[in-house]
This record gives sequence, structure tokens and C-alpha cells, in this order.
Amino acid sequence: MNYMNILYAVLILGLLGVFFGAVLAIASKVFAVEKDERAEQILEALPGANCGGCGYSGCSAYAEALVHDNARVGACPVGGGQLEAKIAEILGVKPGKNTRITALVRCSGGNHAKKKYEYAGVSDCASANALAGGPLSCEFGCLGFGSCVKACLFDAIHVVDGVAVVDHEKCTGCLRCIDACPRNIITSVPYTADVNVLCSSHLRGAELRKICEIGCIGCKICEKSCEFDAIHVVDNLAVIDHDKCTSCGTCAEKCPRHLIRDADLLNEEEDAELIRERESKKA
Amino acid sequence: MSITELFGIALSAILIENFVLVKFLGICPFLGVSKKTETAAGMGVAVIFVMTVASAFTYAVDKFLLRPLHLEYMQTVAFILVIAALVQFVELFMQKALPALHKSLGIYLPLITTNCAVLGVALLNAQNYADSFIASLVYGASAAIGFTLAIVLFSSIRERLEFADYPKCFEGFPIALVSASLLAMAFMGFQGMKIF
Repeated sequence: MNYMNILYAVLILGLLGVFFGAVLAIASKVFAVEKDERAEQILEALPGANCGGCGYSGCSAYAEALVHDNARVGACPVGGGQLEAKIAEILGVKPGKNTRITALVRCSGGNHAKKKYEYAGVSDCASANALAGGPLSCEFGCLGFGSCVKACLFDAIHVVDGVAVVDHEKCTGCLRCIDACPRNIITSVPYTADVNVLCSSHLRGAELRKICEIGCIGCKICEKSCEFDAIHVVDNLAVIDHDKCTSCGTCAEKCPRHLIRDADLLNEEEDAELIRERESKKA
Repeated sequence: MSITELFGIALSAILIENFVLVKFLGICPFLGVSKKTETAAGMGVAVIFVMTVASAFTYAVDKFLLRPLHLEYMQTVAFILVIAALVQFVELFMQKALPALHKSLGIYLPLITTNCAVLGVALLNAQNYADSFIASLVYGASAAIGFTLAIVLFSSIRERLEFADYPKCFEGFPIALVSASLLAMAFMGFQGMKIF
């Protein structure tokens, strides 16, 4: 066996590689293009999920658009307010209104809801839903098989006591879970909205009482208790108008079914500010 | 090598043995960048440039490095290395000199790296025209011109397809593939031609 053949082969390829590497290294210096550094900085600041939530094809396209085409600073649903401030700083503009949104599962039934039958098939909401409208008696209830959990890229949604619950701090508002849910009970809400109705049922009170211990019966107590005209019962279901809602939590206290949740979504600083605001309004 | 022979090589590479439509090399950009005539022509120009330069470089590598050391079996690996480096270089150059074209080519310029048409031309050169630099160069350039001809023709057909009336299930790639096959059949008409 001729070992020289092997040696030559390795040497030639190795030398070719080194030679081309050197040429490319020089070329990258000679033909270096001055890029807008801001685009690179923004790209670094962006979450890099390439979810397309901003309306551009990916994070790098959004960064380019921010620098060259005056794209909206707060368009990234993933990064939220902090990112917005960061981008605004890089671009030297003022940050706009915080437009961060999060997902919300509008059901709190779970173990409180009656079942039509025992489902023993594939652990997937869509297939469970396809079998006679799902194992729940309530056609608006969360099935709890966690299709949304699998869809979430950010570990922000979990099934607790048979109901999917969104972790609002982790949720980035990419809203993949909405597409994954066959029951259409996941909606997007403003990050700052901390009072929400956790039920999607449009059934009449009498019907609903039979199948769920916790769902909205459309009693209108919340509507009457609200000082700001921000909650109304529409089609047997309480709906909050987040533009009017001040998150005072009165409806949550009054709700006899305890399905309006005053979820503690805000961080401490914002919370303190909100409490001061409420108190000044009361006075 | 006489002029008539070179002309024969060129004509056969462009029409009779068209790289895309007869040899089925370089199908990826042929389908990928053929939606607009403008980008198709840009891609064609890039391929002409890369293939011509690649034939020259691979000829040199083959003639002065591989053959003297009897390393012909390394052709594929060595040529891939040469082509990859070359395309990278072209991209750097284009970014500087022709930013508009660079942008419109987008992902397809780096894809020339793995374009089998470029590797095909290098390997066919080493097989058929290993002794003549000019013939290699002419073959490389005319094969690329053939590629450009095919992709520009195809892109103008696809632009017309936008307004054509065909069943909905054919929308997008299916109708593109059907028209590509018709175009390939048209080029089969050149098969019977004999040059000189």
C-alpha cells in the first residue's frame, strides 16, 4: 500500500482549504461593507424567536425595517415594553404606548365541569374535540389535554387542575396557543389588563348550572357593580371592555361564581402606581 | 482547438444538452428564482459568472494539482471546496459592488455553492476537456448561458401563468412543474441536431 497517496490527498486538500480560507479572510476585509450598526444592535436586542408576530418575515427583517423603513417600534409582541424602550434608545426615538399582549385561557371549569364520557384516546385536544364534541358537557370548556402547552415555545402555558393557565410573565404574545386550541377559548388581552372573565360559555344560566359549578350564568351582578361601565353581559357571558376597565376588582369580588379573576399580573412597581391611582379616584 | 469546434461545444451546451432542461442539473434555482424575469436574469448572470470562473479554477486545480499526483478520485471533493470558496468570494464582492443585485438574489447566491450545475460543469470539464483550457472555459460559459436561457424563458412563462386560467389544484408549483416539463420537451427537439 502506498502511504504517499494518502499523504498527498490530505496535503492537497488541506493546502487548498488553507489557501481559500486566507483569500476569503482578505476579501472579507477588502470588500467589507459598512453596515448600519443600529440594525445589528436591534437584532441582538430582539428575542430571535422569528415568530413573525411583528408582521415581518423574521427578527432580522424587522430590525432592517426599523432602521430603514420607519417600522413601528412597539411591533414586537414578544419583547414587550422593555424591548420597546431599548429599541427606542438605539434609534433615538421616543417609545410609543406599551402594546404588549398576552394570551388568556377563558375557562376555569376543569375539574368543576361535568363530563359527558370518559375519553381514553390520544392525549390531544383536537382529537378529543373531534369525538362527539369532546368529553366535557360544556362545549366552551377547556379540555385540558394541553395542545396549547405543546404549541407554546416559551413554557408559558400549563394545565393546572384540568384547565390551561397562561403564565403572564412568561407569555410573549406570539399567540401560537390560539391556533392550537380547537375550542377557540384562548384570546389575547392587554398585558396590563389584570381583571378578566375566565369563562367562554354562552349557555343560559339554568343550563350552565347543570354542567359546570363555576361558569358564567349571566346574572349581571358584575354589570351592576361596575362604576366605570366597563363590564357587560353579552349573550349570557360577562365581557370586559379593557379600554374602560380600571382593574379595580369590584366585579371580581362581587361575582357569585368567582370566575372573574383579579389576577396579579402587574409587577410591584406598576402595581403600587395603580393602587395610588385608584385611591386618588376614590377620593 | 479550432473556432468551429468551440462553436460546436457552445451550441451543444446551450441548446442540445441544455443543463437544466436536458441534463436536469440546477433544478433548485430553476424553480426557486424563476418567479420574476428580473431576478431570474440576475440569477442567470450570477451563474454565468460563477460557472465561467469555476471552470477556469477547477481546470487549474485539476490540471496542475490533481492529475500530476494521480488524485483524480479527489475531483468531487476538491471541486466542491473550490466552488464553495469561489461563491463566497463572489458574494462578498457583490455585496460591495452590486448591493441591489445582491439583495434581489438573496438566499440563492449562497445556494449556488450547492448548485449541482456548477459542480456538474467542473466534473464534465475534467472528463471531456481536461486538456484544453479554452474548451473548458467555453463549455462552462455556454452551459451557464444555457442555464440562463432556460431560467429566463421559464420565468417569463411563469409570469404569464399568473394570469392564466387553470384548475385551482394546480396553483403554484404543480403548474410550474407542468410548464417546465413542456419547456423541456420543446428542448428535446434539438436532440436530433448534429453539429458539423
